[in-house]
Amino acid sequence: MSILITKDTRFLIQGITGREAVNLTRENLDYGAQIVGGVTPGRAGRDVYGVPVYDCVSDVVAAHGKVQGSIVSVPPAFVKDALFEAIENGIEIVVVVTENVPRKDVAQAVELARLRGARIIGPNCLGIISPDEAKMGGVGGPAANTRQAYKKGNIGIMSRSGGMTTEIASTLTAAGLGQSTCVSIGGDAIVGTTYAELMPLFEADAETEAIAIYSEPGGRMEAELAEWVKANDSRLPIVAFMAGRFMDEMKGMRFGHAGTIVEGKEDTTSEKIARMEAAGISVAERIEEIPDLIRKRLNRKGEN
Amino acid sequence: MRFYEYESKALFARHRLPLGKGGVARSREEAASVAREIGGPVVLKSQVLSGGRMKAGAVKFADGPDECPALFDQILPIEVNGQKARSVLVEEKSPVAQEYFVSVTWDGRRKLPVLLFSDMGGIDIEEVAEKHPEHVSKTHFSSILPITPRIAKEAIAATGVSGGHLNKLTPIVFELMKIFLEYDLTLAEVNPLARLEDGRFIVLDGHVDMEAEARGRHKALLAELGVGEDETRQAREPTAFEIAGRKVNEVDHRGVAGNVVEFDGNLGLVIGAGGGSLTLFDAVRKHGGKPANYCEIGGNPSVTKACELTKLILSKPGVEKIAVMMNVVSNTRVDIVARGVVKGCLESGKDPKDVIAIFRIPGSWEDEGFKILEKYGVEYCDRSISMYEAAGKAVAKMGGATS
Repeated sequence: MSILITKDTRFLIQGITGREAVNLTRENLDYGAQIVGGVTPGRAGRDVYGVPVYDCVSDVVAAHGKVQGSIVSVPPAFVKDALFEAIENGIEIVVVVTENVPRKDVAQAVELARLRGARIIGPNCLGIISPDEAKMGGVGGPAANTRQAYKKGNIGIMSRSGGMTTEIASTLTAAGLGQSTCVSIGGDAIVGTTYAELMPLFEADAETEAIAIYSEPGGRMEAELAEWVKANDSRLPIVAFMAGRFMDEMKGMRFGHAGTIVEGKEDTTSEKIARMEAAGISVAERIEEIPDLIRKRLNRKGEN
Repeated sequence: MRFYEYESKALFARHRLPLGKGGVARSREEAASVAREIGGPVVLKSQVLSGGRMKAGAVKFADGPDECPALFDQILPIEVNGQKARSVLVEEKSPVAQEYFVSVTWDGRRKLPVLLFSDMGGIDIEEVAEKHPEHVSKTHFSSILPITPRIAKEAIAATGVSGGHLNKLTPIVFELMKIFLEYDLTLAEVNPLARLEDGRFIVLDGHVDMEAEARGRHKALLAELGVGEDETRQAREPTAFEIAGRKVNEVDHRGVAGNVVEFDGNLGLVIGAGGGSLTLFDAVRKHGGKPANYCEIGGNPSVTKACELTKLILSKPGVEKIAVMMNVVSNTRVDIVARGVVKGCLESGKDPKDVIAIFRIPGSWEDEGFKILEKYGVEYCDRSISMYEAAGKAVAKMGGATS
C-alpha cells in the first residue's frame, strides 16, 4: 500500500489550460495517473492531451462520477476559490502547486477542509508520489526522470522543498532503498498538511518502515513532529535533514521558501535539531548520510 | 511587510481604536509645533522598523515644545538594529495606571488566528508567559466562521480582568481581531494598551505586519498610508547588488533567477532551488568556503536569465570563481542553465573552464547539458556526486586560486 494516493486515484486539474498545468498533465499521464478532467472557466469543450476541459468542478463530477483528488494550478488570487470549489464538490485530497498564496486564504480553505473531511497538500509544493503506483503533481518532473529518481520500496519522505524531495529519493534509490510514498508538503508558513499530520497515515501503512524528512528554519512544524513522535510512541524510525543552518545568525531575513524566516529562538535550526533529537529523531548533516542512518535504525530495531 | 508605528496607528485610527493626541514630525520645527498643539508633556519616538528603541535611546520625553527640536536632532540619526529612522512621532505623555498586551497572529500548527492577551503589558510577553502564566491567555478563533466580541471578552476575562475595565477593553480587542483578518495581516499587536489615570484606554504603541503576498489586495490602504510599491521593508535595506538581482529576475517571466543576497566572500554561487540553495550554502560554509552571495534559480529560467545572473555575480568585486549547483532538477532544464551560465562567463570576458569551479546540476536534459560543458572544458558532475561533495570540490579550487 501507499498513503494518500494509489494507481486507482481519479483526479482532476484546476487551471488545466495554464502553461505549467499543461506540463503537469503530460507528466502525470505519462506516469499512469487517472486524470478524468480539467477545469478552466470559459474553456469548456477543449481538451489537454485528451483530458476534457470543463467550466466547473461540478461538471467534471457530473460527467465522470466520484473524483477523489484535484491539483490546483491557478494564479495565487484564485487559489482560495478553487479550493472551496473542489472541497464543496466532494474532492477529498487537493494538491496546491501555486506559490505566493496569502496565508489567510490557505487557513480559510484548511478550515473548510476540516469541516468537510477533505485534506489539502501545499500550497507551494510539488505534490505526492507513490513510486510505480501514481503521482499527483510536478514531483520528479517528466515521467522518465521520475522513474530514474524514485523506486518502489519502504521509506516514506516528507519535505518542505519539492526539489529536495527528489534529491533525497534519488539518494535513497542509489543506495538501494525504495520509497513507499513521498510528499512535498510545501514551503509556506501555513500548509494544508504538516509532518505530524501525515505521521498517523505512515504509521498505519504496512509498507512504510522508516521516514526521511527535509526541514528548514522557520515555523513550529518540527517541534510538532517531535511532540507527535513522543506522544504516540511511533514505530517508525525517522531521519531528518536540516538545511539553512547559516540562517540562525540572520534574524528577520527571508531565504528560500516563504515559510523560511528566523523570527524567534524556536525558528532556528539549532533549536529544531535539539527538539527532534530529544524525540529520538536522527538528524543528518548531509543528504548522503540518510541511507546509512536509516539502515542503522532499521537494523537496531531488528535486533530487539 | 512591517509597518512603521505611525502607519500602524493610522490604520488603527481608520477603525476608531482610541489613540492619544500626536503627529509625525519630519523636521525639528515640526516636532515643536506638534508638541505645541498637544500641550503638556510629550514623548518623542523614532519611527524605525525595529523593536528595542527605548534601549537604543531613540525614545525621549519632554515637558513641552521648547525641548523638542534638540531631542528630534538626537533621535533621528540613531540606528536601531541596523535600521535608519524615517521620522519622529510626537505624542502626548499621560500618566499610565495599567498596561495591557494584545496581539493577534497566525498559529501555523493549528492554522488558525490566535489572540494573545495579558494584563501585564509593556514588558516582554514571553517572560510574562513564563513567570505569570495565569496573566496570559491564548485564544484561537475561526477565519471563516463569523466572529463576535465574546471571544475577546473571554480572552480578557481569562486573565482575571473584570468590572468596567473588561467592558472597556472588549471592543478594542475585538476590533484588533477584525483588523487582523480584514487586511491580511500576519501580526497586529498593541503593546502597551494603556489605561490612563484619567480613566481613558489608549493604544500607546502598536505594530502591524502585512503579508507581502497580499499587498495587491490592499493598494488603496497602502497608497493612503504612503507605502511605496518598491518598499520591501526587510530586516535590512537591499544593497545595489541585490536590487540588480531583482532586475535580472524581471527580464522575462520564465522561471526564477533571483532572491540574490549579498555576502562578502570570493566564491560566487549560482545555486537553486529553494531548499537546494539553503542546503548548498550550508555545504559551502561547512567546507570553509566564503560565499559572495546567496541566490535561487528554479522553475526553468530562460538562457537569458541564467546568463544575466552569472554576469551579475561575476561582476561583483572580489568574486574569483562561481559554483553552479542544484539538487536533482525536475522542471528546470540542465541544458538551459548550462547554456546560460557559459554564455554569462563568455560575455563577462572569462573562460568558462577557469571561472566555473564546478557544475553540479543533475536531472532533466542532463546529457544535453553535460555535452555543452564538455565542449567548454568545464568540470561537472552528475547525481553520483552529492551536493555536499560538489560544494567541497568548489571550495578546494578556491584554495588553489591565486589572486
